[in-house]
Amino acid sequence: MTVITGLGIIAPNGLGTERYWDATLSGRSGIGELDRFDTTGYPSRLAGLVRDFDAAQYLPGRLLPQTDICTRLALTAAGWAIEDAGLDTAAVRDYDMSVVTANASGGFEFTHREFRKLWTRGPEHVSVYESFAWFYAVNTGQISIRHGMRGPSCALVTEQAGGLDALGQARRTIRAGTRVVVGGGADSAFDPWGALSQTAGGRVSADPDPATAYRPFDTRAAGYLPGEGSAILVLEATESARARGARAYGELAGYAATFDPAPGSDRPPGLGRAASLALADAGITPAEVDVVFADAAGLPELDRSEALALRELFGAGGVPVTAPKSLTGRVFSGGGTLDVVCALMSIRDGVIPPTFGTRSVPAEYGLDLVLGTARQTRVDTALVLARGRWGFNAAVVIRSVEKGS
Amino acid sequence: MNRRVVITGMGVRAPRARGRDAFWELLSAGRTATRRISFFDPSPYRSQVAAEVDFDAAAEGLRPAEIRRMDRATQFAVVCARDAVADSGLDLATVDPHRMGVSLGSAVAAATSLEREYLVLSDSGRRWVMSPDQLSPHMFDYMIPSVMPAEIAWTVGAEGPVAMVSDGCTSGLDSVGHAVALIREGSADVMLAGASDTPITPIVVACFDAIKATTTYNDDPAHASRPFDATRNGFVLAEGAAVFLLEELDAARRRGARIYAEVGGFANRCNAYHMTGLKADGREMAEAIRAALDEARLDATAVDYVNAHGSGTKQNDRHETAAFRRSLGDHAYQTPVSSIKSMVGHSLGAIGSVEIAASLLAIEHQTVPPTANLEVADPECDLDYVPKQAREHRIDTVVTVGSGFGGFQSAMVLTRPRGQGERP
Repeated sequence: MTVITGLGIIAPNGLGTERYWDATLSGRSGIGELDRFDTTGYPSRLAGLVRDFDAAQYLPGRLLPQTDICTRLALTAAGWAIEDAGLDTAAVRDYDMSVVTANASGGFEFTHREFRKLWTRGPEHVSVYESFAWFYAVNTGQISIRHGMRGPSCALVTEQAGGLDALGQARRTIRAGTRVVVGGGADSAFDPWGALSQTAGGRVSADPDPATAYRPFDTRAAGYLPGEGSAILVLEATESARARGARAYGELAGYAATFDPAPGSDRPPGLGRAASLALADAGITPAEVDVVFADAAGLPELDRSEALALRELFGAGGVPVTAPKSLTGRVFSGGGTLDVVCALMSIRDGVIPPTFGTRSVPAEYGLDLVLGTARQTRVDTALVLARGRWGFNAAVVIRSVEKGS
Repeated sequence: MNRRVVITGMGVRAPRARGRDAFWELLSAGRTATRRISFFDPSPYRSQVAAEVDFDAAAEGLRPAEIRRMDRATQFAVVCARDAVADSGLDLATVDPHRMGVSLGSAVAAATSLEREYLVLSDSGRRWVMSPDQLSPHMFDYMIPSVMPAEIAWTVGAEGPVAMVSDGCTSGLDSVGHAVALIREGSADVMLAGASDTPITPIVVACFDAIKATTTYNDDPAHASRPFDATRNGFVLAEGAAVFLLEELDAARRRGARIYAEVGGFANRCNAYHMTGLKADGREMAEAIRAALDEARLDATAVDYVNAHGSGTKQNDRHETAAFRRSLGDHAYQTPVSSIKSMVGHSLGAIGSVEIAASLLAIEHQTVPPTANLEVADPECDLDYVPKQAREHRIDTVVTVGSGFGGFQSAMVLTRPRGQGERP
């Protein structure tokens, strides 16, 4: 059995778990104007940006020249998670600690600068750090080095499903015999090239109003907003957590991943199947689920597809559904993990955060979407869903320790 | 669940070797595919040698729309996946799509397309803030590489677990290890797994120049990759791909499939030491090898051949030799060890899968592929590296290893299934 004993959060609307959770419940948004460069002509200028994060405050100076912002976010959040877990890494055998991170766009801003140096000044100006600051495995490697973790480790890329897939892989690693896994996701790509690239493919909202641009499940939903951030957790074998007297926020009780049929196929999409498989994996029925943290794509077709999958599984209005990510934008690999943190906080505090921005939900969706204000209710079991572009689906079941297996 | 996993199909695109048979022909002849870079003018770069793949996307059966949207590494991966399915003889119509998944490795993924789009959007680097009107609709696919396993999933109709495993230069071992874990735990029955990288593009050449990781034998490209040789001075950058079809042993036997090998064990470890540096003692790679052998329930003495990472950098070959001594003990001195990077270069994330392909073919042909260009012995590398000429050898068990930036150290044990081609 795998429990979660530490949380490290850097979200557009809050640094640290408590500030993020408070913002999530009270509706403090991290969505704002992208002001890091001149965005004239860019199809979208809004994003969930981390504004009050000074990496130098949290990381040794020698790590700054060699890291992209996504790695600074990942390293800092991992450090906070380990501290939160009260884990003395020196007291655990190095091979009993692993790192599993998800990442989608690598060290994008870092590499953009190196591309520019190469093409304007020549190859001899390219940084000695480029070979590893760019690639998708960088966060796993850097966390492993900083904390002396030498167990089975990896980096996954499944676009925005990555944060949940990393947690699933962390549990797999624990089941195979590792005591502690630091796992989650981190992403950031808001330099001029990264920000523009994110708009390719037409799924980002062009609505210029930060309050309405990303309103999942709304009748007027018109796309999502991208975000940056990091959510890294400490996952641990129950016996390990118990032996060292650690507090467990909850259990990672179920996980599953599926993939949608090829475009143009008349076969049904796979999100509902991922949800069913995760519930079965946790050994529970839909009736036992107290809240669903939805993927909440913010595009009518995808919102509808998710709503119908939930209706099929839970019945119309059968379960409270929410999407706090409208306050952060979609934080790519960090997004699913952020929702897992919300689920753990919902269990702790007996409250479901609302979906801000969304006002009217089509009746045919059959959704009990938590709107307006937080809903006070006992939460023991949460289902968290995430989808990645091209067809990735992931589902995680989080349970309170009391209800856990 | 006690499910055993076997490899029943493979597809390979290696430098100067299109497909499985050409690949083995190159390896067993000890021929090298390393040449002066032809994709762009390499003269401004410190290292000007690479191993390029002759690849004609249209002739490989890709449609014009696929060629337009897919990065070169994705094209390699899709073509190899198709080959792997055909080679396995498995009729995909008999497989439940929900029970089929994809696990693909890549270190730098769409680097080639990223650099091409960068030059367009930035007006050859002159603009920091870019022109939205130049944006390719496919730019997002190049930025986030999980489109690569997605394209394979669409090609084969997989709707089970699909992921990219991006562990730098161990991606091609770790992606296959991941697939094995998914079949064993029951999340899938059939997996397409492998890796692809096409990094021969200026930014990648420059980033390895910067840390002097690549060779400077620019005047002698055919002999530039010199694993375990005292005169080695860096690896030769390469491109390539290999994808396998993996399935559960009993299912493969029921359908009478040809079985290349069982994946008996897989393990990876991190060195938690340095993003690019290696300690000389090989401790973590040795641990990975031991753990993989444990999983396969084999002693070190069962190992018949070690397919080395053998990149040809000073530090790697020393590190790795130490790891073999540490994990295999005296048996290391009785075991042939070779590096095919001497012939096909180092295709970063892809090479782990390309080396699995070489290991499977070594089992099939009961022949150890050689380490080409090995002329001058290095006292720190004192094992039997099978210099220059392939060697017939009884091979029931192969250990293939990888080592990568980020500190990743991986090992996989491949065994010839009992009753299959066994010699008396």
